[in-house]
Order: sequence, then C-alpha cells, then structure tokens
Amino acid sequence: MNTGVIYTETVVHAAPAEFVADAPYQLAIVSLDSGGRLTARIAGERVKIGDKVALVETRDGVEYFRKQ
Amino acid sequence: MGIGKTAFGAFPDRTLRSLAVEAGEKCMQDAGVSPSQIEAFYLGNFAGPAFVGQNHLAPYIAGSLGLTGVPCTRFEAACASGGSAFFHAVSSVAAGLNDIVLVAGVEKMTSQATPKVTEILAGAGDMAGEGRAGATFPALFAMIARRHMHQYGTTREQLAAVAVKNHSNGAKNPLAHMRKVITMEQALAGKMISEPLTVFDCSLISDGAAAVVIVPLERASEFTDQPVRILGIAQTSDYVALDAKADITTFWAVHEAAEKAYKMAHVSARDIEFAEVHDCFTIAEIIATEDLGFIKKGEGGWYALEGRTCLRAERPINASGGLKAKGHPVGATGVGQICDVALQIRGEAGELQLDRHSLGLAQNLGGSGATAVVTVLGGI
Repeated sequence: MNTGVIYTETVVHAAPAEFVADAPYQLAIVSLDSGGRLTARIAGERVKIGDKVALVETRDGVEYFRKQ
Repeated sequence: MGIGKTAFGAFPDRTLRSLAVEAGEKCMQDAGVSPSQIEAFYLGNFAGPAFVGQNHLAPYIAGSLGLTGVPCTRFEAACASGGSAFFHAVSSVAAGLNDIVLVAGVEKMTSQATPKVTEILAGAGDMAGEGRAGATFPALFAMIARRHMHQYGTTREQLAAVAVKNHSNGAKNPLAHMRKVITMEQALAGKMISEPLTVFDCSLISDGAAAVVIVPLERASEFTDQPVRILGIAQTSDYVALDAKADITTFWAVHEAAEKAYKMAHVSARDIEFAEVHDCFTIAEIIATEDLGFIKKGEGGWYALEGRTCLRAERPINASGGLKAKGHPVGATGVGQICDVALQIRGEAGELQLDRHSLGLAQNLGGSGATAVVTVLGGI
C-alpha cells in the first residue's frame, strides 16, 4: 500500500476553485505494489511513467507520494 | 424527424430556459409538429442546478414550450446527458410507448467563472477519489494522453492535428462557438492547462441547446419526405473513476456501444461514411477513432496527423468542427451531434456538406468514459 509505480501523470496548471492556490501541482495514478491503483498527489521532484514512488504522507484525505 | 439548434457560444444575456426553448421551437417547426402532438419530453442536462441554480428542469422548460401534461424528465450522464436522453427517447418510441417525442439538450455554463466551471465539471468524476486529489477534467484526459503517448508513441503534433482540423471545419460552421482557423504552431504553443494538454487541446465552455423530434418510421412520411433513420443505437457504462479501469487508453464503453449499434444497424465500422465524435479533448477524438473501429488500436494519432479524418478525406471526423470548435455546452452536445449528422444526411450542411453522407455515426462520451452512447443514422 505504501509503494508503487507511476502508471500515468500530469501537472495541473488550471485548477478547480478549491485548489487554485496549489497550482501547478503534479497528479498521478500509482500502480500499487500491493495491487490496484490510486489517484494521488506527487510531493517534491516531478515523476514520469515507470518511476518508483513511496507514500510520504496523507493530508486532508489525499495521499502524497515521492520519487524513490 | 425534426432538428433544431441554437448557436453555441458565450451568451451573457440568454437564460438556460430561453436557449432550450429556442432549440425546441426550431425543432418542432422543422418537423411540422405542434406542441399538442408531443407525447413525451426528454431533456439532457448535466449541471443546470450548479450552473444556474435551477432544478426540476424538464417541466420548467416544457411549460415554456407549450408542453404540459406529458411526462417530462431530465437525464444526467455528465457529458453524455444529451445522448442518454436521446437513447431513452428512442427506446420509448421503439417500445411503442410513445409515437411523437421531443428530445432537447441544454447547458448554460458561462455565467460562472472558469475555476468554478472546472469544479462543477470535476463532479462528473469520482469526487471522493480523483476529485479530492485535485483532478480536473483536463487532468484526467491529460493522464489518458500521457499513457497513450507512452504505450503507442502518440505525439503532441498528432494531438494538435485534431485541433487544427476541427478549427478549420468549425470556421465554416455558422453555429460554431469559435469560427477561427488555427495553425499547428499556435496549437502547440497554447497556454498549458494540464500537461501535455494546452488550451487548444480542450473543448470550449459554452452555452447552447439542441433538439430533435423522433417518430416511428411508419409515421415519418406524415412529417417529412426526407426522414433520417435511426439504424442502430446503444448506451453502455463503465467505472466512473479512471484509476478503476484496467486500460485507460481505450474507452471500453464506447467500444461496446459501437459493437451493439453496428449489430443493430447491420453494418460494420468500415461502412460508416462520416462521424461526429466526442472530442472533449484532442486525445478523446484519437481514442474514439480507435474504439469505433475506424483504425487499429494505437494508430489514431497517425490517422489524424496524416489527414485521414479531414473534410475531404475517406471518412471525415467532426465535419461540424466538433466540441473543440463548435463548443461543448455539456448537456446539449449529444443531441447536437445527432442534429449535425442528420443535417449531413439531408444534404443541408452547406459549405461543410460531405460527398458521401448516407451513413453517419454519432458518439457521445460521459465523464472519462463511464457513459457512452453510439448512434448510427442513415437516409431512407
């Protein structure tokens, strides 16, 4: 559940009203090593498809992953 | 069958109701039917309550069209709301429940600022999952585009080719929101919305309405000597959340709906002469051409870049300008596509009239693929 591989990603520039202050931010779908996929935010360095990532924190119900 | 459309665009002085009424009246006039003959009203609308604060929209609009007493129902299926209303209207006529029905689709989006519109549109996705993480609709399709590029080598130029072609067509459509030709350089240099999609990869935030009248084939001659025949239709569904799908480079629901609609119409993909597809984003048109069976999986990008979907090509895609140039008033789009295909079949598409126009297809997509409606239309 805590580690996975980037299945796809994007950097959001035009954010919805609630997240305007966060933009630009990177969003990704992570293929979890434990199975299944999760839509999460990326913390720190930008990632690309195939990169290995690990969960760093869960804030306001959103998982943040970082490149390993 | 009658058709009616308003122009699509940003109309600060127009209300949602006035747009729907204009399309409905044009349509009934085109069909030569009076409001008293309409037996049921089907309305496609995605987010009227959020955009303009009005609920109970179907009887609200029907009352202004002079239709009272008949069943009036609103259908919501995100960007496929119009297509879904049309599918259910066709079902009721095919079942013999009704003879003469009116279907309309409408959306009034420009009264809200863009971040608010973005937030309302995000509600067509999984708000508890991808929405909470900050996914917008462009972001979902950007992630689809990234994966398609990764798996099949699709390029930015191939995406841009869709935008350039649709703007070129839309410039000739008198009802289009953006009647402006763009170059490949402009498309590639557009303002970034969600990487790799620029503003030129995204459809427009528009106001507009469209309507059609449907009657059983055996009664069509009472209304017109040039009926457009619904040969096949299907609505299908899939998971709402993108991360729940096994492969996001294909819209499984579209593939299934196409197979069902082709079977009902006794045709195959190669028989389809032209199509109006759901290009909410350029990548969506590329995937649509693959899912509908016009080209092999993964080759949709090349298909677009080589010009094989242009106005004078073997199978023109989005001769109307598509959602990209024509505009995308969400709830109106699916019904508008039926109008555009019908216009071609009748031979009334003016400058955009295609050479081969006897068998056309409309494909309407809801959300990131959770609803799909595919309709095959032909002449008599």
